Amino acid sequence: MTRYALRRLLMTIPVLLGLSVIVFLIMSLIPGDPAQAILGSYATPENLERLRADLGLDLPLPQQYLVWLGNILQGDLGRSFTLNRPVLDEVLERFGATLILAGTSLVLCVLVGVAAGIVSAVRQYGWSDRLITLLVLIGISVPAFWLGMLMIMTFAVGLRWFPASGMTAAYGGGGWLDILHHLVLPAIALAVVAAGVIARLTRSNMLEVLRQDYIRTARAKGLDEGRVVLRHAFKVALVNLIPVIGVQAGFVIGGAVYIETVFQWPGIGRMLVNAISTRDILLVQGGVLVVAASYVFFNLCADLLQHWLDPRIKA
Amino acid sequence: MMAFLRLLARNRLAAFGGIVLLLLLLLALITPWLPLLDPDVTDPANRLQTPFSAGHPLGTDALGRDILSRLLWGTRVSLAVGIAASLVAALVGSLIGIVAGYFGGRTDNLLMRGIDMLMAFPYILLALAIVAVLGPGLMNALYAIAIVNIPFFARNIRGVTVGIAHREFIDAARLSGKGNLRILSSEILPNVLPIIVVTLSTTVGWMILETAGLSFLGLGAQPPQADLGSMLGEGRRMMINAPHVAMLPGLAIFILVMSINLLGDGVRDALDPRLKSGALSRPAPITRIRRGAAPPGDGRQGRADGLLAVDDLRTDFEVGRTTYHAVNGVSFAIGANECLGLVGESGSGKSVTALSLMGLVASPPGVITGGRVWLGGRDLLALPPRGIRRLRGREVAYVFQDPLSTLHPLIRVGDQLVEAIRQHQPLSRPAARELAVSLLDRVRIPNAQRRADQYPHELSGGMRQRVGIAMALANDPELIIADEPTTALDVTVQAQILALIQRLRTEKGTSVLFITHDFGVVSQICDRVAVMYAGRIVEIGPTAEILETPRHPYTRRLIDCVPRLGEPDNEPEAIPGLPPAADALPRGCAFADRCDLVEPACRQGEIELIATDAERRVRCIKPLGIPTAASQGESR
Repeated sequence: MTRYALRRLLMTIPVLLGLSVIVFLIMSLIPGDPAQAILGSYATPENLERLRADLGLDLPLPQQYLVWLGNILQGDLGRSFTLNRPVLDEVLERFGATLILAGTSLVLCVLVGVAAGIVSAVRQYGWSDRLITLLVLIGISVPAFWLGMLMIMTFAVGLRWFPASGMTAAYGGGGWLDILHHLVLPAIALAVVAAGVIARLTRSNMLEVLRQDYIRTARAKGLDEGRVVLRHAFKVALVNLIPVIGVQAGFVIGGAVYIETVFQWPGIGRMLVNAISTRDILLVQGGVLVVAASYVFFNLCADLLQHWLDPRIKA
Repeated sequence: MMAFLRLLARNRLAAFGGIVLLLLLLLALITPWLPLLDPDVTDPANRLQTPFSAGHPLGTDALGRDILSRLLWGTRVSLAVGIAASLVAALVGSLIGIVAGYFGGRTDNLLMRGIDMLMAFPYILLALAIVAVLGPGLMNALYAIAIVNIPFFARNIRGVTVGIAHREFIDAARLSGKGNLRILSSEILPNVLPIIVVTLSTTVGWMILETAGLSFLGLGAQPPQADLGSMLGEGRRMMINAPHVAMLPGLAIFILVMSINLLGDGVRDALDPRLKSGALSRPAPITRIRRGAAPPGDGRQGRADGLLAVDDLRTDFEVGRTTYHAVNGVSFAIGANECLGLVGESGSGKSVTALSLMGLVASPPGVITGGRVWLGGRDLLALPPRGIRRLRGREVAYVFQDPLSTLHPLIRVGDQLVEAIRQHQPLSRPAARELAVSLLDRVRIPNAQRRADQYPHELSGGMRQRVGIAMALANDPELIIADEPTTALDVTVQAQILALIQRLRTEKGTSVLFITHDFGVVSQICDRVAVMYAGRIVEIGPTAEILETPRHPYTRRLIDCVPRLGEPDNEPEAIPGLPPAADALPRGCAFADRCDLVEPACRQGEIELIATDAERRVRCIKPLGIPTAASQGESR
């Protein structure tokens, strides 16, 4: 296991390098003068000149990349001209808020999706299966940003149960209960789509597993059905579902862009959208890089978990 | 193609989705000719009119523009952009997938590593990065969404192409001198096209949603151009005062995407052959039992016959509108400590018979339609599910054919045994574990303590089957049903397993129902043997007598199939022809078509099992070696 973990960890290095190349290439494709793009249209000629030298813009592209990569490895993602602060500080701060939101959503959608999928499979063609199938269909078809707005109208404006926006109350807020209170609506809105996808795949996976010979063996032993479904069938289905959950984590992080905008959540998605409209290129680049890199590590963890749960692939 | 459309139409939800989508498409197409107000003409005096107001059936937005008109024009734009993005992604992605899958090697490696890179980004994030470079705008949003969806197509299509590229007909095409381009277009493309269609139909809804999302964020359609997403984004600002401005475009996106998803699911189901056959049905915990009003026979008769008595058992498989009669009125009995062999070709119904006894036939499609199974004076088929479950493993235990697929792959074999023990005995975990190890020891697994902590895939085939037997023994059952326990094993291991079963029988006094297709195995272990053909017993009696003088022509052919040691010239002779289809059993003797002694009377009517010798019965009007048996026989 340790050896596999190490090998798998080493394998992420080329992936991360690849990511950095893509991000670098995308950013260097921006038409016009990159220094101008990075510093914005009000930059002084001296600052532009200094930045060109810093970025090595007179060098050929591969060398530019190396300079850029060297800066990043030292934790220097540049400075945001709109916020006038280091990109890394801003990105890490915003990413924390996104992690709270996306992490809660991911837990929520896995719990709800898996439970719904199991019920749906066990009661195949029953009324609860039909109901869940319908809800899943609605869940994966509904625009998350629209659902978020509906929820604000209903539960924040109408019923006044939850706040409509932000992460903490403006006055006297900031405790974890306060955050939790603010978290309910956006976390649910963000979880809906992924929960639908996970429920659907859990159902088909469980149906596939429940047909296997070893399930018949479990039944022939006289085990009660709950044990057959949860211990014998779900154990195998879970192993198959872990990569699915990994993929869904990507969708949840992506979907956070919409939800953060709707709920004014101070996360990295909203930061990126703002940065794109203000053409704050370094901020976009830093945000994309950090989120993508953490997603790579999340998938690494999912891989290791699957490996640990399935003794067959240890050999 | 027609079959595909018919399948699609039969799926009511998909048909509904298709009709809604068709209407929306039609509406989008004729929008320019509809008597609508200009979607871009502002009218500040009439801003934020509510729906159903004069001249504006759906009200107006913040600039006084007519929402109905904007909605229709916006749907047009959203549909066009979503479909265009899907087509671009499908085209580029499929091309990459086909090339990578067909050429393989370094081309494949290079292309797929690139695709992996794209997939390492969280979906929307990459789209955002692309829009950041290209700048906000509808066309740029289209490119961004198309690019992030390329990997789905590339991976799906590559997988299918790899499968096809190594098939014989591709080799044949290559040998006949066709160029790569011709093979790709004439051989590969037609075969991957369904997969492209399925992937397309399941992703187009997503892409419409995502382009709408970019517009919602202000990164797609720029004013005055509007799609549904940007209308929703503009409406967000007046969400509280005039909710309809945002709600209506959102509802439109929802209906659009939902109809596409309904249709897409239908397309996928219609093109996925596995779903067509209904194979993905979940087997119920216990076989469905649907017996007629008064099954023949009474309780006493069953008890008199010994441990287990099966009386006129009937099991069908109902697949679609066809009913296959797998077990067609089977009766037999097993005495205490007796070993009965159940012999027949594959498809003769012997396994289904065995699984029916404890309600283990997969259902759907299996249904027990008649008969009784007596065990210790109880009719098992009349018991509630809980009652049967309590007997499973405790009084009747199974040993299955392929121990690799019948043991749970992710649970240590020791734990699988512990579980079987604790289900029926009130033992603590350590005590059950101790018993489990001693069971492994008893079935001669060396180093049982250590083996108990291993997973099935770490054991050899023979070892796994010993585990299967140990599991069957866990609760000292009265009857062990062994369903071809040695078929998947090689000959020496086979002999060891048979010896093991034999030994346990003498030690424990257990009865055994031994299912096999091999008369050689029967001769080694069974006291009596029942020969099955087309779901019925055609001959039953003591093993030695049947081996010596088979009465049914089918039995004789089966025995002739066993190669004899030391007689190399005695080539085992296959039985010509095939058993009759189980959904169309002939009148009279089911073996008639393959029998070389057939005569017209064989096909005229039901043939009963008749007693030929003291302990033997045969279902034949002209039993071998008995000239006038037909007239003397009594039924059953």
